Amino acid sequence: MVELDRKNFEEEVKNAEGYVLVDYWGPTCEPCKALMPHVEALAEEYGDKIKFCSLDITKARRLAIGQKVMGLPAIIIYKDGEEVERLAESEATASAVEEMVKKYA
Amino acid sequence: MIYDVIIIGAGPAGLAAGLYASRARLNTLIIEKEKAGGQIVSTDEVANYPGSVENATGPSLIARMEEQAKEFGTETILDTIKEVNLDEKIKVLKGEKGEYQAKTVIIATGANPRLIGCPGEKELTGRGVSYCATCDAAFFEDLEVYVIGGGDTAVEEGMYLTKFARKVTIVHRRDELRAAKSIQEKAFANDKMAFMWDSVVEEIKGDGIVESMVVKNVKTGELTEIVAHEDDGTFGIFPFIGFVPATDLFEGKINMENGYIVTDADMKTNIDGVFAAGDCRVKSLRQVVTATADGAIAAVQAEKYIDFLEGTEYGK
Repeated sequence: MVELDRKNFEEEVKNAEGYVLVDYWGPTCEPCKALMPHVEALAEEYGDKIKFCSLDITKARRLAIGQKVMGLPAIIIYKDGEEVERLAESEATASAVEEMVKKYA
Repeated sequence: MIYDVIIIGAGPAGLAAGLYASRARLNTLIIEKEKAGGQIVSTDEVANYPGSVENATGPSLIARMEEQAKEFGTETILDTIKEVNLDEKIKVLKGEKGEYQAKTVIIATGANPRLIGCPGEKELTGRGVSYCATCDAAFFEDLEVYVIGGGDTAVEEGMYLTKFARKVTIVHRRDELRAAKSIQEKAFANDKMAFMWDSVVEEIKGDGIVESMVVKNVKTGELTEIVAHEDDGTFGIFPFIGFVPATDLFEGKINMENGYIVTDADMKTNIDGVFAAGDCRVKSLRQVVTATADGAIAAVQAEKYIDFLEGTEYGK
C-alpha cells in the first residue's frame, strides 16, 4: 500500500488515472487498526486493478478535512481523482469494504 | 466439532466468560464480528474498573483480558452470526463464514450507541458527526465541538475532547447533568467546557461536512441555529445519549424487555443452556465491572448445566 502524506496526495490520488482506494486512519483509532489487515489483504488480491493507499490523518488533518473526511475509519474510492464511493465509521466493516472493492475491481 | 461453550461477542463480558469457561477446561469459542473490545475500546481512560492500572485505556485493558482468556485455551474467531437455533440440546449458530455448534451459548453482544434520529445525522456521520471521541478527536484540533447528552459517557468524552478542541459545549435535554458528581466537578472546573441546558438537536445541516445544527429549547420551544465560525467552516457533533442493545438476532426467540435480554441472577435466559451477560441484558448498571461479573457467572452456570446434561441422557 502507498503511504500518503501532504506532499504526495495530489500526485498519487487527485492526479492519478483509474481507481484509487484511500484508507484514512489514525493511531488512536482502534476500529481502523482492526480494519487495516483486511484492507491489506484486499490490496494483495486486487492491487493490479485498484491502487491501494493509506493516510494517517494526524499527519495531514487539513488535507483529510479538505476531502470531507472527519470521521474514522473512512475508506474512499476515487476514479480519475474524483470520489466515487465511501464507507465511513461503523459502515466501514471488513465485509462492506470487500463488497465495495469488488464493484470497481 | 461441538463446543462446550460458544460466546457471542468479545467485549468485557464475553472475554470474562471465556476466561472462566476455559479455566474450567470447557472447550470454549468466542465469536466476534469485528475485533475484540466492544464499546470499551473507544474509551481513553478506564478509571472505575477496580485495580485498573494508572493510564489504563480501553484498548489496553481489553488486550490484557483477551490474552488472559487465550492463555487458558479460549479460541476466538471473527465471524458475524446471522441465524441461531437455540431450542435443541445442540445449539447451532450460522455465521457468514461457517456454522458452529455448542452445548451452551453465552450471549454477550453488548450495545451500540443510540442515534439522535434527526435529519442530517446519518448523512453527516464521519463528516463531523462522530460516536467515537478517541477515533476522531484529532480532526477537531482548535475547532468547536458539541457533545450531546449529560451522562457519564457524554461528560467524560467531552473532557477528553477539550484536549483537542478549542471549546466543548455539552448540549443536554435537562437542566442538570446525570453524570457522577466527581465527573461533574471536573467538568465545571474545566474552562474549555460550556453547557447548553434544556436543549435537544433537531437537525444537522451541511454540504458534505457539518456546517450548522438546529437546537430546540425543550422548555420554550425556541429553535436556534448554531452555525460554524466562518474561519472554521465546520464543527464537531458527538452524540452520547445512551445505547441500544445488539439483540436483533434473538428477537422472538428469547424473552426480552425493550430489546434487552431477560435473565435471572444466574444469567440464565428462558431457554435451557442459553445465557446472557453484559450490556445486552436487563440490568441497572452497565459498566465493565458488571459486564465481567456477568461473564463469570454465566460461564460457571454453563459448566453446571453441562455437568447436569452429562449426568443424564446426554452422556450416554
